[in-house]
Amino acid sequence: MINLAERRAASGPVIQMAGVNKWYGEFHVLKNINLEVRSGERVVVCGPSGSGKSTMIRCINRLEEHQKGRIVVDGIELIADLKQIDAVRREIGMVFQHFNLFPHMTVLENLTLAPMWVRNTPRKEAEDAAMAYLERVKIPEQAHKFPGQLSGGQQQRVAIARSLCMKPKIMLFDEPTSALDPEMIKEVLDVMIELAQGGMTMICVTHEMGFARTVADSMVFMDGGEIVEKAPPTEFFKNPKSERTKLFLSQILH
Amino acid sequence: MAPVSSVVAGSAPRPPADSIGVLGWLRTRLFSSVLNSILTILCIGLLVWIVPPLIDWMILDAVWSAAPPEVCRAAEGACWALLHEKARLILFGRYPYVEQWRPLLAMTVLIVAIALSCNRNFWRPWLAGVWAGTLALFGLLMWGGVLGMTYVENTLWGGLPLTMILSVFGMVGSFPLAVALALGRRSRMPIIHALSVGYIELIRGVPLISVLFMASFMFPLFLPSGVKVDELLRAQVAIILFTAAYLAEVIRGGLQSIPRGQDESAKSLGLNYWQTTTMIVLPQALRAVIPPIVNTFISLFKDTSLVAIVSLFDLLGSLRLALADPLWRNYFIEGYVFVALIYFFFCFFMSKYSQYLESQLQTGHRP
Amino acid sequence: MAEPTPSLAPARPPTGPRVWNNPRARAIIYQVLVLGGVIGAAAYLIDNTLTNLAERSIRSGFSFIWHEAGFAISEALIDYQPNHSYVRAFIAGLLNTLKVGLLGIVLVTILGIIIGIARLSTNWLVARLASVYVETFRNVPLLLQLYLWYSLLTEMLPGGRDALSLFTAFYLNKSGLMYPVPVYDGIHPFMIVAFLIGCVGAYAWGRYATRRHEATGVPTPRFWPSVGFVLGLPLVVWLIGGAPTAIDVPQMERFRFVGGWHVSIEFIALLLGLVVYTGAFVAETVRAGILSVSRGQTEAALSLGLRRGLVLRLVLLPQALRVIMPPLTSQYLNLMKNSSLAVAIGYPDLVAVANTTLNQTGQAIEAIAVIMAVYLTISLAISGFMNWYNKRVALVER
Ligand SMILES: Nc1ncnc2c1ncn2[C@@H]1O[C@H](COP(=O)(O)OP(=O)(O)OP(=O)(O)O)[C@@H](O)[C@H]1O
Ligand SMILES: [Mg+2]
Repeated sequence: MINLAERRAASGPVIQMAGVNKWYGEFHVLKNINLEVRSGERVVVCGPSGSGKSTMIRCINRLEEHQKGRIVVDGIELIADLKQIDAVRREIGMVFQHFNLFPHMTVLENLTLAPMWVRNTPRKEAEDAAMAYLERVKIPEQAHKFPGQLSGGQQQRVAIARSLCMKPKIMLFDEPTSALDPEMIKEVLDVMIELAQGGMTMICVTHEMGFARTVADSMVFMDGGEIVEKAPPTEFFKNPKSERTKLFLSQILH
Repeated sequence: MAPVSSVVAGSAPRPPADSIGVLGWLRTRLFSSVLNSILTILCIGLLVWIVPPLIDWMILDAVWSAAPPEVCRAAEGACWALLHEKARLILFGRYPYVEQWRPLLAMTVLIVAIALSCNRNFWRPWLAGVWAGTLALFGLLMWGGVLGMTYVENTLWGGLPLTMILSVFGMVGSFPLAVALALGRRSRMPIIHALSVGYIELIRGVPLISVLFMASFMFPLFLPSGVKVDELLRAQVAIILFTAAYLAEVIRGGLQSIPRGQDESAKSLGLNYWQTTTMIVLPQALRAVIPPIVNTFISLFKDTSLVAIVSLFDLLGSLRLALADPLWRNYFIEGYVFVALIYFFFCFFMSKYSQYLESQLQTGHRP
Repeated sequence: MAEPTPSLAPARPPTGPRVWNNPRARAIIYQVLVLGGVIGAAAYLIDNTLTNLAERSIRSGFSFIWHEAGFAISEALIDYQPNHSYVRAFIAGLLNTLKVGLLGIVLVTILGIIIGIARLSTNWLVARLASVYVETFRNVPLLLQLYLWYSLLTEMLPGGRDALSLFTAFYLNKSGLMYPVPVYDGIHPFMIVAFLIGCVGAYAWGRYATRRHEATGVPTPRFWPSVGFVLGLPLVVWLIGGAPTAIDVPQMERFRFVGGWHVSIEFIALLLGLVVYTGAFVAETVRAGILSVSRGQTEAALSLGLRRGLVLRLVLLPQALRVIMPPLTSQYLNLMKNSSLAVAIGYPDLVAVANTTLNQTGQAIEAIAVIMAVYLTISLAISGFMNWYNKRVALVER
């Protein structure tokens, strides 16, 4: 553990956002976002609904385009260049609130699709790797089913495994548990915790504060399109600096 | 790794000028890429090529007033004088000229009834009564023979009223048969199921024109010798039989959309099959498929034009009658445009209404 | 075996006639009643018909189809003369139906896809124009459109020698379109064989590409090699055959055109009307299919690193096609059935031939039975295919 922490501290930022602004028409969604994430760092983002959390992390793999400022991921700047964007997307895995599994393919096909078509992995190899990841998310027996036949928690774990199959350096999670029933949340969080302990760089939008306390290196609080506060979890929960953070925490921690 | 220089935010941050306002709209909606810009220019070219000559022809150079055909021949544009001469023939067919206020009134009554039915607050049992009254009044006005109105036999009916009769009675008449067929197709009794499926698939597999031919040539053979059925009734029956198959499939879709729990809970309350069907399942199923029923009606409304082939003078048929006049036959485009606009008017509003209903039903606003 | 039944409290005996209360018996009674009603009605109608036929001394039965038809058919794909039999006339009509139907299906697919995608364009003008097209043409009866196209073409086009010409090879006038065709050469049959072999080759290449991709991981191109097989092979055969280039171009003679091939103005009007009308519906089908695939699917595929072309091919198209296929098939069926409106503008399709036969022989029942049987066969064949396809691609759900 110590070793890992040292390595983390030593390494430079893999994600840098500087002065990022975005508008939807006249509506200012992201206001001057400055954020750096070091390799191996686990960032948890929280904030009220509509504060721009999703928009921010979707800018990181260019599902949304920012209009001002710069975003650099692993040394590659996100500009209007398809090659650059492809390169960045290969480095980043993303898990969505509504899973977005491909309903017309089996679980195994979902997992091997990108390795075979993007990384040019032979099928056998891709399948072996996929099975290994399914083991890791504890559902190898579901490999030949279709997504529609799985429970929500199982689907989300497949979605995580699908991203992992591309061996990403960074994982983005956008409220991965908020579409799930309470009894399924734990099985997904367990997988995410295990992933975090393996040293993965993660940015995670979630309101699961227990999870945040366990794994986060830093907490980011957003409101009205701004990053209001970034702090390590102990500090963040014990004495938040901003009034807005206090109010938010009092609401969700009761 | 590239060093990232912090961008200093301006004092009052504004979105980039090219993403908002008229300029932003132009950029995002018309010129967002090279391909889009080319497409936009092509479209503008197409419009410039088509629209001004069309406006010239239809409006500026057109003969608007009543005029003899010779005047039209001299003019560059459309000959709307055709309508001064022929509009009543097109709209009412060969219905006696002085009595044409009757079909006009009848149509007005029918359109008011349709307009009433579009309001979901009026979907109550009394609406059925309104409809029965409307249809009776319609027949009374068209036939006459009482209250000092002369009798007009239905071989003289034509134009828009005939189109409306065929489609409205086609819909109303096919409804009971369609419900029976839909229930039959879902029945677990093999013979009833097979008969329903056979009928539905047979009718849906053949073109309407063949059913109209059948009505036209074969119905007289089916009936005991001496019994005569006029052409209108034959076509009407054909349209009813044809529509019923399509409507049955629409209603079956509605029946399928009702969760089985509804059926089961009704049965467990002690309701029998007919009670369950008529009180629980059918009302919900029919309500769910009102938008596709409206769409079926639109198809039917357009399809009635096929009776022109079996020599009835519906809206299209009486237009062809009008265009048979050698003096005016050169102005067929004007005639077709006029009739097309009438069809368009009805169909377009009905389809918009159906879309509106669909969105209402989807968002869970229950009438 | 014979266990003693446990003793129960004495039950109340059922009231009413027992048979009627037995659900199974009741079902049988219902069905017998319905069947009896249907058979009775049919018997009554048949009896009337037979009496009427006898009264009017109309013959019945299908033996007439072997008699000489005696009417001409203006265009036919097979050799047909008035002194040929009715059955030959029917076949000529059927082939004309299939000709306009199949060509229509191909064209309407292309038009529908273009307009459907245009309706979803981010370009406001393109989307507007596409929706104006759709709303205009689907809200006006097809028959009216057919009459209008036909009148427009026959009234507006020049007649005879004043034909509009393109490259002095295609001529369009009131009577139809004249177009050039290659002069028959011994190599042409071999080119067709080569084309068929090319299709098989393209299919085999597709399978090979998949296998190679799976084995080595290297995605293998499919599109251009397939095109190479399908078009290249006939081209090679053509070159081997000495590359015969003789083309039979329509020529203007003193009074008429000679040479080339010809399609009638009725055919053009019918095809145009069917394609333009059905295209509006197909466009809506395509649009709905594309919209049915949620945005999340694209986003998930993109964030896995798939390029846009692959997202379309591997994720979006398979899902959209599933939604599009059933309504698309029924639009194809509609087009086929609507081609029967040919009778209104004088294109000699099956219905037109049957209609003439009916008027000549008075054998209405037989003529209409032929029409219905043929269309029913076409419909059942197409919908049988559709059901098979739907079963194959059905999504597995919980
Ligand atoms: N495509 C869009 N067009 C216009 N406005 C949008 C669009 N997408 C998002 N917005 C707006 O941007 C704001 C931020 O949205 P975002 O989805 O990032 O919020 P969020 O913090 O993720 O909220 P939640 O917790 O509800 O997911 C919201 O006010 C939303 O209405
Ligand atoms: Mg969000």
